[in-house]
Amino acid sequence: MKSKINKKERWIGFGFITPSLIGQLIFFFIPIMMTIYYAMINNPMSKEFVGFTNFITIWDNTIFIRAMKNTFIFTGISVSLIMVLSLGMAMLLNKPLFLRNIFRSCFMVPLIVPSASILMIWQVFFNFNGTLNNIVTSFGFDPIDWMNSAYARWIVVLFYVWKNIGYDMVLFLAALQNIPKEQYEAASIDGANKWQKFYHITLIHILPTFFFVFIISITNSFKIFREVYLLGGEYPYEDLYMLQHYINNLFNVLDYQKLSVSAIYMAIFIFMIVLLWRKVEKKLDF
Amino acid sequence: MKKKIVLSILVGLLALLFIIPLFLTVSNSFMEPSQVQNQYENIFQNKGSEFSGLKFIPDWISLKQYYQVLILKTNFLKMFWNASFMVVPIILGQIIVSTFAAYAFAKLKFPFREQLFYLYILLMLMPFQVTVVPNYLIANYLGILDKFASIIFPGVFSVFGVFLLRQFMQKIPDAYLEAAKIDGANHFQIFFKIILPLSKNYIASLGVLLMIDYWNMVEQPLIFLKDVSMHPLSLYLAQVNKDEIGVAFAAATIYMIPVLLVYLYAENYFVEGIKNSGLKG
Repeated sequence: MKSKINKKERWIGFGFITPSLIGQLIFFFIPIMMTIYYAMINNPMSKEFVGFTNFITIWDNTIFIRAMKNTFIFTGISVSLIMVLSLGMAMLLNKPLFLRNIFRSCFMVPLIVPSASILMIWQVFFNFNGTLNNIVTSFGFDPIDWMNSAYARWIVVLFYVWKNIGYDMVLFLAALQNIPKEQYEAASIDGANKWQKFYHITLIHILPTFFFVFIISITNSFKIFREVYLLGGEYPYEDLYMLQHYINNLFNVLDYQKLSVSAIYMAIFIFMIVLLWRKVEKKLDF
Repeated sequence: MKKKIVLSILVGLLALLFIIPLFLTVSNSFMEPSQVQNQYENIFQNKGSEFSGLKFIPDWISLKQYYQVLILKTNFLKMFWNASFMVVPIILGQIIVSTFAAYAFAKLKFPFREQLFYLYILLMLMPFQVTVVPNYLIANYLGILDKFASIIFPGVFSVFGVFLLRQFMQKIPDAYLEAAKIDGANHFQIFFKIILPLSKNYIASLGVLLMIDYWNMVEQPLIFLKDVSMHPLSLYLAQVNKDEIGVAFAAATIYMIPVLLVYLYAENYFVEGIKNSGLKG
Protein backbone atom coordinates (compact mmCIF):
# COMPACT_ATOMS: atom_id res chain seq x y z
CA MET A 1 0.00 0.00 0.00
CA LYS A 2 1.44 3.33 -1.02
CA SER A 3 0.52 6.40 0.91
CA LYS A 4 0.55 9.74 -0.81
CA ILE A 5 3.53 11.99 -0.29
CA ASN A 6 2.55 15.52 0.51
CA LYS A 7 4.86 18.30 -0.55
CA LYS A 8 5.95 19.21 2.94
CA GLU A 9 7.05 15.71 3.77
CA ARG A 10 9.35 15.60 0.76
CA TRP A 11 11.48 18.34 2.22
CA ILE A 12 11.37 17.01 5.75
CA GLY A 13 12.99 13.79 4.55
CA PHE A 14 15.75 15.79 2.92
CA GLY A 15 16.10 17.84 6.10
CA PHE A 16 16.92 14.76 8.13
CA ILE A 17 19.56 13.50 5.73
CA THR A 18 21.13 16.91 5.12
CA PRO A 19 23.94 16.63 7.71
CA SER A 20 24.89 13.24 6.32
CA LEU A 21 24.50 14.35 2.72
CA ILE A 22 26.71 17.41 3.17
CA GLY A 23 29.39 15.20 4.72
CA GLN A 24 29.13 12.74 1.83
CA LEU A 25 29.40 15.57 -0.68
CA ILE A 26 32.48 17.11 0.91
CA PHE A 27 34.35 14.00 1.95
CA PHE A 28 33.30 11.48 -0.68
CA PHE A 29 31.26 12.49 -3.73
CA ILE A 30 33.14 15.65 -4.74
CA PRO A 31 36.58 14.15 -4.04
CA ILE A 32 35.59 11.08 -6.08
CA MET A 33 35.06 13.43 -9.01
CA MET A 34 38.51 14.86 -8.29
CA THR A 35 39.90 11.32 -8.35
CA ILE A 36 38.37 10.67 -11.75
CA TYR A 37 39.78 13.98 -12.96
CA TYR A 38 43.28 13.13 -11.72
CA ALA A 39 43.04 9.76 -13.43
CA MET A 40 42.51 11.48 -16.76
CA ILE A 41 45.22 14.14 -16.85
CA ASN A 42 48.86 13.64 -17.77
CA ASN A 43 50.40 15.30 -14.69
CA PRO A 44 49.35 17.74 -11.95
CA MET A 45 51.52 20.50 -13.46
CA SER A 46 50.38 20.82 -17.06
CA LYS A 47 46.96 19.20 -16.37
CA GLU A 48 46.53 18.09 -19.94
CA PHE A 49 43.49 15.89 -20.54
CA VAL A 50 44.57 12.47 -21.75
CA GLY A 51 41.35 10.45 -21.49
CA PHE A 52 41.85 6.81 -20.66
CA THR A 53 45.57 6.71 -21.43
CA ASN A 54 46.53 6.29 -17.75
CA PHE A 55 44.15 3.37 -17.44
CA ILE A 56 46.04 1.59 -20.22
CA THR A 57 49.63 2.55 -19.46
CA ILE A 58 49.34 1.32 -15.87
CA TRP A 59 49.29 -2.21 -17.28
CA ASP A 60 52.91 -1.68 -18.36
CA ASN A 61 53.82 -1.33 -14.70
CA THR A 62 55.08 -4.68 -13.46
CA ILE A 63 54.55 -3.79 -9.80
CA PHE A 64 50.92 -2.92 -10.46
CA ILE A 65 50.40 -6.21 -12.28
CA ARG A 66 51.98 -8.17 -9.48
CA ALA A 67 49.87 -6.33 -6.90
CA MET A 68 46.71 -6.98 -8.94
CA LYS A 69 47.57 -10.66 -9.36
CA ASN A 70 48.34 -11.15 -5.67
CA THR A 71 45.12 -9.42 -4.63
CA PHE A 72 43.06 -11.66 -6.92
CA ILE A 73 44.79 -14.83 -5.78
CA PHE A 74 44.47 -13.92 -2.12
CA THR A 75 40.82 -12.89 -2.40
CA GLY A 76 39.95 -15.99 -4.41
CA ILE A 77 41.55 -18.42 -1.98
CA SER A 78 40.56 -16.75 1.25
CA VAL A 79 36.95 -15.96 0.35
CA SER A 80 36.12 -19.45 -0.88
CA LEU A 81 37.82 -20.97 2.13
CA ILE A 82 36.10 -18.77 4.69
CA MET A 83 32.66 -19.33 3.15
CA VAL A 84 32.91 -23.10 3.40
CA LEU A 85 34.52 -23.11 6.84
CA SER A 86 32.20 -20.54 8.42
CA LEU A 87 29.13 -22.37 7.13
CA GLY A 88 30.51 -25.59 8.54
CA MET A 89 31.19 -23.99 11.89
CA ALA A 90 27.76 -22.40 12.00
CA MET A 91 26.20 -25.81 11.35
CA LEU A 92 28.29 -27.30 14.15
CA LEU A 93 27.27 -24.56 16.55
CA ASN A 94 23.65 -25.01 15.53
CA LYS A 95 23.72 -28.49 17.07
CA PRO A 96 23.09 -29.11 20.75
CA LEU A 97 26.46 -28.66 22.46
CA PHE A 98 27.69 -28.10 25.97
CA LEU A 99 28.98 -24.54 26.57
CA ARG A 100 27.75 -23.53 23.14
CA ASN A 101 27.49 -19.82 23.92
CA ILE A 102 30.96 -19.73 25.41
CA PHE A 103 32.41 -21.39 22.32
CA ARG A 104 30.60 -18.93 20.10
CA SER A 105 32.10 -16.07 22.10
CA CYS A 106 35.57 -17.57 21.70
CA PHE A 107 35.22 -17.67 17.91
CA MET A 108 34.54 -13.94 17.91
CA VAL A 109 37.52 -12.97 20.04
CA PRO A 110 39.88 -12.44 17.06
CA LEU A 111 37.27 -10.11 15.60
CA ILE A 112 37.32 -7.75 18.55
CA VAL A 113 40.93 -7.80 19.68
CA PRO A 114 43.06 -5.17 17.87
CA SER A 115 45.35 -6.96 15.42
CA ALA A 116 48.43 -5.14 16.69
CA SER A 117 47.89 -6.54 20.18
CA ILE A 118 48.12 -10.16 19.10
CA LEU A 119 50.34 -10.00 16.03
CA MET A 120 53.43 -10.18 18.22
CA ILE A 121 52.44 -13.73 19.06
CA TRP A 122 52.03 -14.60 15.37
CA GLN A 123 55.41 -13.01 14.72
CA VAL A 124 57.11 -15.08 17.39
CA PHE A 125 55.41 -18.16 16.00
CA PHE A 126 56.33 -17.77 12.30
CA ASN A 127 59.64 -15.93 12.69
CA PHE A 128 62.74 -17.66 11.32
CA ASN A 129 64.02 -17.94 14.88
CA GLY A 130 60.56 -18.61 16.21
CA THR A 131 58.35 -21.30 17.62
CA LEU A 132 57.34 -23.13 14.47
CA ASN A 133 60.97 -23.60 13.44
CA ASN A 134 61.72 -24.69 16.97
CA ILE A 135 59.24 -27.50 16.45
CA VAL A 136 60.33 -28.22 12.88
CA THR A 137 64.01 -28.48 13.77
CA SER A 138 63.32 -30.66 16.79
CA PHE A 139 61.99 -33.22 14.30
CA GLY A 140 65.23 -32.93 12.37
CA PHE A 141 63.97 -30.81 9.45
CA ASP A 142 65.62 -27.64 8.18
CA PRO A 143 64.16 -24.35 9.40
CA ILE A 144 62.14 -22.33 6.88
CA ASP A 145 61.79 -18.56 6.68
CA TRP A 146 58.02 -18.88 6.66
CA MET A 147 57.04 -15.28 5.98
CA ASN A 148 59.49 -15.06 3.08
CA SER A 149 58.55 -18.25 1.32
CA ALA A 150 55.75 -19.73 -0.71
CA TYR A 151 54.05 -20.47 2.63
CA ALA A 152 53.65 -16.76 3.38
CA ARG A 153 50.47 -16.44 1.35
CA TRP A 154 48.90 -19.36 3.18
CA ILE A 155 49.88 -17.96 6.57
CA VAL A 156 48.10 -14.75 5.70
CA VAL A 157 45.08 -16.72 4.45
CA LEU A 158 45.09 -18.54 7.77
CA PHE A 159 45.18 -15.26 9.63
CA TYR A 160 42.32 -13.86 7.55
CA VAL A 161 40.15 -16.90 8.20
CA TRP A 162 41.03 -16.93 11.89
CA LYS A 163 40.27 -13.22 12.24
CA ASN A 164 37.04 -12.99 10.23
CA ILE A 165 35.33 -16.35 10.55
CA GLY A 166 33.34 -15.21 13.59
CA TYR A 167 31.53 -12.55 11.57
CA ASP A 168 30.43 -14.90 8.79
CA MET A 169 29.55 -17.56 11.33
CA VAL A 170 27.16 -15.23 13.19
CA LEU A 171 25.42 -14.38 9.90
CA PHE A 172 25.08 -18.03 8.87
CA LEU A 173 23.97 -19.06 12.36
CA ALA A 174 21.20 -16.46 12.32
CA ALA A 175 20.05 -17.76 8.92
CA LEU A 176 20.14 -21.39 10.06
CA GLN A 177 18.08 -20.62 13.13
CA ASN A 178 15.40 -19.06 10.96
CA ILE A 179 14.73 -22.27 9.06
CA PRO A 180 11.44 -23.80 10.26
CA LYS A 181 12.11 -27.12 12.02
CA GLU A 182 8.96 -28.65 10.54
CA GLN A 183 10.53 -28.74 7.10
CA TYR A 184 13.24 -31.10 8.29
CA GLU A 185 10.69 -33.26 10.06
CA ALA A 186 8.50 -33.43 6.98
CA ALA A 187 11.52 -34.35 4.86
CA SER A 188 12.45 -37.11 7.30
CA ILE A 189 8.98 -38.57 7.02
CA ASP A 190 9.34 -38.53 3.25
CA GLY A 191 12.55 -40.51 3.68
CA ALA A 192 15.10 -37.82 2.75
CA ASN A 193 18.70 -38.46 3.79
CA LYS A 194 21.07 -35.99 5.43
CA TRP A 195 22.61 -34.78 2.20
CA GLN A 196 19.20 -34.30 0.53
CA LYS A 197 18.01 -32.30 3.53
CA PHE A 198 21.11 -30.13 3.41
CA TYR A 199 20.76 -29.55 -0.31
CA HIS A 200 17.01 -29.01 -0.56
CA ILE A 201 16.25 -27.25 2.71
CA THR A 202 19.33 -25.72 4.33
CA LEU A 203 21.03 -24.45 1.20
CA ILE A 204 17.84 -22.97 -0.26
CA HIS A 205 17.07 -21.07 2.93
CA ILE A 206 20.51 -19.65 3.46
CA LEU A 207 21.11 -18.69 -0.18
CA PRO A 208 20.42 -14.95 0.33
CA THR A 209 22.73 -14.92 3.36
CA PHE A 210 25.27 -16.85 1.35
CA PHE A 211 25.56 -14.05 -1.19
CA PHE A 212 25.72 -11.39 1.43
CA VAL A 213 28.48 -13.25 3.26
CA PHE A 214 30.26 -13.51 -0.09
CA ILE A 215 30.25 -9.72 -0.47
CA ILE A 216 31.23 -9.05 3.12
CA SER A 217 34.05 -11.59 2.88
CA ILE A 218 35.40 -9.86 -0.20
CA THR A 219 35.38 -6.43 1.44
CA ASN A 220 36.93 -7.95 4.55
CA SER A 221 39.61 -9.61 2.44
CA PHE A 222 40.82 -6.17 1.38
CA LYS A 223 41.31 -5.30 5.04
CA ILE A 224 44.06 -7.92 5.34
CA PHE A 225 46.43 -5.15 4.27
CA ARG A 226 46.36 -4.06 7.91
CA GLU A 227 47.88 -7.27 9.21
CA VAL A 228 50.25 -7.77 6.29
CA TYR A 229 51.49 -4.24 6.80
CA LEU A 230 51.97 -4.75 10.53
CA LEU A 231 53.85 -7.99 9.86
CA GLY A 232 55.86 -7.04 6.80
CA GLY A 233 55.90 -3.25 6.48
CA GLU A 234 55.61 -1.39 3.18
CA TYR A 235 57.44 -4.00 1.16
CA PRO A 236 56.54 -7.50 2.38
CA TYR A 237 57.53 -10.71 0.61
CA GLU A 238 56.59 -10.43 -3.07
CA ASP A 239 53.66 -12.86 -2.89
CA LEU A 240 52.10 -10.65 -0.23
CA TYR A 241 52.46 -7.35 -2.08
CA MET A 242 48.86 -6.39 -2.85
CA LEU A 243 46.97 -3.57 -4.51
CA GLN A 244 46.54 -1.98 -1.10
CA HIS A 245 50.32 -1.86 -0.65
CA TYR A 246 50.66 -0.39 -4.11
CA ILE A 247 48.16 2.38 -3.33
CA ASN A 248 49.61 2.97 0.13
CA ASN A 249 53.14 3.29 -1.22
CA LEU A 250 52.04 5.68 -3.97
CA PHE A 251 51.08 8.12 -1.22
CA ASN A 252 54.73 8.39 -0.28
CA VAL A 253 55.58 9.67 -3.74
CA LEU A 254 52.22 11.39 -4.30
CA ASP A 255 51.74 9.96 -7.76
CA TYR A 256 48.14 11.16 -8.16
CA GLN A 257 47.63 9.60 -11.58
CA LYS A 258 48.56 6.08 -10.61
CA LEU A 259 46.80 6.46 -7.25
CA SER A 260 43.55 7.51 -8.87
CA VAL A 261 43.68 4.91 -11.62
CA SER A 262 44.32 2.06 -9.16
CA ALA A 263 41.55 3.25 -6.85
CA ILE A 264 39.13 3.43 -9.77
CA TYR A 265 40.04 -0.09 -10.92
CA MET A 266 39.41 -1.32 -7.39
CA ALA A 267 36.07 0.52 -7.26
CA ILE A 268 34.99 -0.96 -10.60
CA PHE A 269 35.76 -4.44 -9.31
CA ILE A 270 33.60 -3.94 -6.22
CA PHE A 271 30.88 -2.27 -8.28
CA MET A 272 30.64 -5.27 -10.61
CA ILE A 273 30.33 -7.63 -7.69
CA VAL A 274 27.58 -5.51 -6.14
CA LEU A 275 25.73 -5.45 -9.47
CA LEU A 276 26.01 -9.21 -9.74
CA TRP A 277 24.72 -9.60 -6.22
CA ARG A 278 21.70 -7.31 -6.89
CA LYS A 279 20.87 -9.40 -9.96
CA VAL A 280 21.11 -12.63 -8.01
CA GLU A 281 19.07 -11.18 -5.17
CA LYS A 282 16.25 -10.19 -7.52
CA LYS A 283 16.18 -13.71 -8.95
CA LEU A 284 16.03 -15.21 -5.46
CA ASP A 285 13.16 -12.96 -4.46
CA PHE A 286 10.35 -15.39 -5.07
CA MET B 1 24.48 -38.04 24.51
CA LYS B 2 27.87 -39.54 23.69
CA LYS B 3 27.80 -37.76 20.36
CA LYS B 4 27.05 -34.48 22.12
CA ILE B 5 30.07 -34.87 24.42
CA VAL B 6 32.45 -35.72 21.57
CA LEU B 7 31.22 -32.83 19.46
CA SER B 8 31.47 -30.42 22.39
CA ILE B 9 35.07 -31.40 23.03
CA LEU B 10 35.95 -31.01 19.35
CA VAL B 11 34.37 -27.58 19.09
CA GLY B 12 35.96 -26.66 22.41
CA LEU B 13 39.43 -27.50 21.10
CA LEU B 14 38.74 -25.44 18.02
CA ALA B 15 37.58 -22.56 20.21
CA LEU B 16 40.82 -22.79 22.14
CA LEU B 17 42.78 -22.01 18.96
CA PHE B 18 40.89 -18.74 18.71
CA ILE B 19 41.83 -17.47 22.15
CA ILE B 20 45.39 -18.77 22.54
CA PRO B 21 47.08 -15.66 21.06
CA LEU B 22 45.05 -13.48 23.40
CA PHE B 23 45.96 -15.66 26.35
CA LEU B 24 49.66 -15.63 25.42
CA THR B 25 49.76 -11.86 25.11
CA VAL B 26 48.23 -11.41 28.53
CA SER B 27 50.33 -14.09 30.25
CA ASN B 28 53.54 -12.76 28.70
CA SER B 29 52.72 -9.29 29.92
CA PHE B 30 53.17 -10.52 33.50
CA MET B 31 56.63 -11.87 32.82
CA GLU B 32 59.78 -10.57 34.42
CA PRO B 33 61.31 -8.15 31.82
CA SER B 34 64.62 -10.01 31.84
CA GLN B 35 62.83 -13.28 31.16
CA VAL B 36 60.95 -11.82 28.20
CA GLN B 37 64.22 -10.50 26.86
CA ASN B 38 65.87 -13.93 27.14
CA GLN B 39 62.84 -15.72 25.79
CA TYR B 40 62.40 -13.72 22.62
CA GLU B 41 65.70 -12.09 21.80
CA ASN B 42 66.34 -14.71 19.11
CA ILE B 43 63.47 -13.23 17.14
CA PHE B 44 65.46 -10.10 16.51
CA GLN B 45 68.63 -11.89 15.51
CA ASN B 46 69.47 -12.61 11.93
CA LYS B 47 69.24 -16.23 10.93
CA GLY B 48 70.93 -17.90 13.85
CA SER B 49 70.32 -21.45 14.84
CA GLU B 50 68.65 -20.58 18.14
CA PHE B 51 64.87 -20.68 18.23
CA SER B 52 62.40 -19.11 20.63
CA GLY B 53 59.51 -21.15 21.88
CA LEU B 54 56.40 -19.41 23.13
CA LYS B 55 56.20 -19.27 26.89
CA PHE B 56 52.71 -20.08 28.13
CA ILE B 57 53.07 -19.37 31.81
CA PRO B 58 55.75 -17.01 33.19
CA ASP B 59 58.16 -18.42 35.78
CA TRP B 60 57.50 -15.46 38.02
CA ILE B 61 54.51 -13.15 38.02
CA SER B 62 55.75 -9.60 37.77
CA LEU B 63 54.17 -6.21 37.25
CA LYS B 64 57.42 -4.59 36.16
CA GLN B 65 56.34 -4.38 32.51
CA TYR B 66 53.21 -2.51 33.54
CA TYR B 67 55.28 -0.21 35.73
CA GLN B 68 57.41 0.56 32.69
CA VAL B 69 54.48 1.27 30.39
CA LEU B 70 52.44 3.29 32.85
CA ILE B 71 55.18 5.24 34.66
CA LEU B 72 58.50 5.16 32.80
CA LYS B 73 57.86 4.88 29.05
CA THR B 74 54.94 7.22 28.66
CA ASN B 75 55.12 7.26 24.86
CA PHE B 76 53.01 4.07 24.89
CA LEU B 77 50.40 5.70 27.06
CA LYS B 78 50.35 8.76 24.85
CA MET B 79 49.59 6.58 21.84
CA PHE B 80 46.79 4.96 23.79
CA TRP B 81 45.28 8.41 24.30
CA ASN B 82 45.87 9.31 20.65
CA ALA B 83 43.58 6.43 19.75
CA SER B 84 40.91 7.66 22.16
CA PHE B 85 41.04 11.21 20.82
CA MET B 86 40.20 9.90 17.38
CA VAL B 87 37.84 7.06 18.20
CA VAL B 88 35.53 8.82 20.66
CA PRO B 89 34.65 11.77 18.37
CA ILE B 90 34.12 9.37 15.46
CA ILE B 91 31.69 7.24 17.46
CA LEU B 92 29.71 10.19 18.84
CA GLY B 93 29.71 12.08 15.55
CA GLN B 94 28.72 9.13 13.44
CA ILE B 95 25.91 8.22 15.83
CA ILE B 96 24.45 11.74 15.66
CA VAL B 97 24.70 12.11 11.89
CA SER B 98 23.43 8.61 11.19
CA THR B 99 20.38 8.55 13.47
CA PHE B 100 18.87 11.49 11.59
CA ALA B 101 19.70 10.10 8.16
CA ALA B 102 18.65 6.56 9.06
CA TYR B 103 15.24 7.78 10.21
CA ALA B 104 14.69 9.51 6.88
CA PHE B 105 15.82 6.47 4.88
CA ALA B 106 13.73 4.09 6.97
CA LYS B 107 10.53 6.00 7.52
CA LEU B 108 10.19 9.13 5.40
CA LYS B 109 9.45 9.31 1.72
CA PHE B 110 11.40 11.74 -0.39
CA PRO B 111 12.49 11.91 -4.02
CA PHE B 112 15.48 9.76 -5.06
CA ARG B 113 15.45 8.00 -1.71
CA GLU B 114 16.15 4.56 -3.15
CA GLN B 115 18.82 5.74 -5.60
CA LEU B 116 20.58 7.71 -2.88
CA PHE B 117 20.51 4.76 -0.54
CA TYR B 118 21.92 2.50 -3.23
CA LEU B 119 24.77 4.97 -3.58
CA TYR B 120 25.34 4.80 0.17
CA ILE B 121 25.53 1.00 0.08
CA LEU B 122 28.04 1.14 -2.75
CA LEU B 123 30.17 3.57 -0.80
CA MET B 124 29.93 1.35 2.27
CA LEU B 125 31.21 -1.69 0.42
CA MET B 126 34.17 0.10 -1.13
CA PRO B 127 37.52 -0.95 0.35
CA PHE B 128 39.32 1.70 2.36
CA GLN B 129 41.91 2.11 -0.41
CA VAL B 130 39.24 3.35 -2.82
CA THR B 131 37.92 6.11 -0.57
CA VAL B 132 41.30 7.04 0.84
CA VAL B 133 42.39 8.72 -2.37
CA PRO B 134 39.43 11.14 -2.40
CA ASN B 135 39.79 11.59 1.37
CA TYR B 136 43.43 12.49 0.97
CA LEU B 137 42.75 14.99 -1.80
CA ILE B 138 40.09 16.76 0.23
CA ALA B 139 42.12 16.71 3.47
CA ASN B 140 44.98 18.26 1.56
CA TYR B 141 42.64 20.89 0.12
CA LEU B 142 41.12 21.71 3.54
CA GLY B 143 44.56 21.81 5.18
CA ILE B 144 43.77 19.17 7.81
CA LEU B 145 46.47 16.65 6.83
CA ASP B 146 48.60 15.59 9.81
CA LYS B 147 45.78 16.53 12.16
CA PHE B 148 43.36 14.20 13.94
CA ALA B 149 40.59 15.95 12.02
CA SER B 150 41.71 14.27 8.78
CA ILE B 151 40.77 10.94 10.33
CA ILE B 152 37.80 12.05 12.39
CA PHE B 153 35.76 13.65 9.58
CA PRO B 154 35.71 10.76 7.13
CA GLY B 155 34.94 8.53 10.12
CA VAL B 156 32.00 10.66 11.25
CA PHE B 157 30.49 10.63 7.76
CA SER B 158 31.19 6.99 7.08
CA VAL B 159 27.93 5.50 5.81
CA PHE B 160 27.97 2.32 7.86
CA GLY B 161 25.99 3.92 10.71
CA VAL B 162 23.24 5.13 8.40
CA PHE B 163 22.97 1.69 6.89
CA LEU B 164 22.89 -0.26 10.15
CA LEU B 165 20.43 2.03 11.92
CA ARG B 166 18.13 2.01 8.90
CA GLN B 167 18.04 -1.79 9.04
CA PHE B 168 16.99 -1.56 12.68
CA MET B 169 14.54 1.34 12.35
CA GLN B 170 12.62 -0.38 9.57
CA LYS B 171 11.45 -2.80 12.24
CA ILE B 172 9.68 -0.04 14.17
CA PRO B 173 5.98 -0.44 13.30
CA ASP B 174 4.56 2.39 11.17
CA ALA B 175 1.46 2.32 13.40
CA TYR B 176 3.43 4.05 16.17
CA LEU B 177 4.28 6.91 13.85
CA GLU B 178 0.76 7.12 12.42
CA ALA B 179 -0.70 7.31 15.92
CA ALA B 180 1.66 10.11 16.87
CA LYS B 181 0.79 11.99 13.69
CA ILE B 182 -2.90 11.75 14.46
CA ASP B 183 -2.16 13.20 17.90
CA GLY B 184 -0.62 16.15 16.09
CA ALA B 185 3.07 15.42 16.55
CA ASN B 186 5.43 16.84 13.94
CA HIS B 187 8.41 14.95 12.54
CA PHE B 188 10.87 16.34 15.04
CA GLN B 189 8.66 15.34 17.95
CA ILE B 190 8.23 11.89 16.45
CA PHE B 191 11.98 11.60 16.02
CA PHE B 192 12.90 12.68 19.54
CA LYS B 193 9.95 11.22 21.47
CA ILE B 194 9.38 7.95 19.65
CA ILE B 195 12.23 6.97 17.34
CA LEU B 196 15.13 7.85 19.61
CA PRO B 197 13.85 6.06 22.74
CA LEU B 198 12.98 3.00 20.65
CA SER B 199 16.42 3.07 19.01
CA LYS B 200 18.49 3.09 22.19
CA ASN B 201 19.58 -0.53 21.78
CA TYR B 202 20.26 -0.07 18.09
CA ILE B 203 22.47 2.92 18.79
CA ALA B 204 24.32 0.91 21.42
CA SER B 205 24.92 -1.81 18.81
CA LEU B 206 26.32 0.73 16.39
CA GLY B 207 28.52 2.22 19.10
CA VAL B 208 29.99 -1.18 19.98
CA LEU B 209 30.71 -2.07 16.35
CA LEU B 210 32.33 1.31 15.70
CA MET B 211 34.42 1.11 18.85
CA ILE B 212 35.79 -2.29 17.90
CA ASP B 213 36.41 -1.31 14.30
CA TYR B 214 38.14 2.01 14.88
CA TRP B 215 40.17 0.86 17.89
CA ASN B 216 41.92 -1.41 15.39
CA MET B 217 42.61 1.27 12.78
CA VAL B 218 45.91 1.17 10.97
CA GLU B 219 45.46 2.44 7.41
CA GLN B 220 44.09 5.91 8.19
CA PRO B 221 46.82 7.11 10.60
CA LEU B 222 49.43 5.55 8.34
CA ILE B 223 48.43 7.79 5.46
CA PHE B 224 47.05 10.90 7.15
CA LEU B 225 49.43 11.32 10.09
CA LYS B 226 53.09 11.60 9.11
CA ASP B 227 54.00 12.54 12.71
CA VAL B 228 54.64 9.22 14.46
CA SER B 229 53.97 10.71 17.91
CA MET B 230 50.34 11.17 16.87
CA HIS B 231 49.86 7.55 15.85
CA PRO B 232 47.53 5.28 17.82
CA LEU B 233 49.00 2.30 19.61
CA SER B 234 47.38 -0.03 17.07
CA LEU B 235 49.90 1.08 14.48
CA TYR B 236 52.98 1.14 16.67
CA LEU B 237 52.87 -2.15 18.54
CA ALA B 238 53.98 -4.37 15.69
CA GLN B 239 57.06 -2.24 15.07
CA VAL B 240 58.62 -2.50 18.52
CA ASN B 241 62.38 -3.08 18.60
CA LYS B 242 64.50 -5.45 20.61
CA ASP B 243 64.63 -3.35 23.79
CA GLU B 244 60.91 -2.80 23.90
CA ILE B 245 59.62 -6.34 23.44
CA GLY B 246 58.96 -6.66 27.15
CA VAL B 247 56.92 -3.52 27.58
CA ALA B 248 55.16 -4.19 24.29
CA PHE B 249 53.25 -7.12 25.78
CA ALA B 250 52.03 -4.96 28.64
CA ALA B 251 51.13 -2.15 26.24
CA ALA B 252 49.33 -4.63 23.98
CA THR B 253 47.34 -5.91 26.93
CA ILE B 254 46.41 -2.42 28.09
CA TYR B 255 45.36 -1.59 24.55
CA MET B 256 42.98 -4.58 24.51
CA ILE B 257 41.24 -3.68 27.76
CA PRO B 258 38.70 -1.18 26.39
CA VAL B 259 37.45 -3.49 23.63
CA LEU B 260 37.46 -6.52 25.89
CA LEU B 261 35.37 -4.66 28.47
CA VAL B 262 32.97 -3.53 25.76
CA TYR B 263 32.73 -7.10 24.50
CA LEU B 264 32.21 -8.52 27.97
CA TYR B 265 29.39 -6.13 28.81
CA ALA B 266 27.86 -5.71 25.39
CA GLU B 267 28.38 -8.96 23.51
CA ASN B 268 24.71 -9.14 22.65
CA TYR B 269 24.73 -5.68 21.10
CA PHE B 270 27.76 -6.72 19.09
CA VAL B 271 26.11 -9.89 17.81
CA GLU B 272 22.83 -8.09 17.02
CA GLY B 273 24.83 -5.48 15.13
CA ILE B 274 26.51 -8.12 12.97
CA LYS B 275 23.25 -9.95 12.30
CA ASN B 276 21.57 -6.76 11.15
CA SER B 277 24.43 -5.79 8.90
CA GLY B 278 22.95 -8.52 6.68
CA LEU B 279 21.70 -6.67 3.59
CA LYS B 280 18.09 -7.65 3.45
CA GLY B 281 15.20 -5.37 2.57
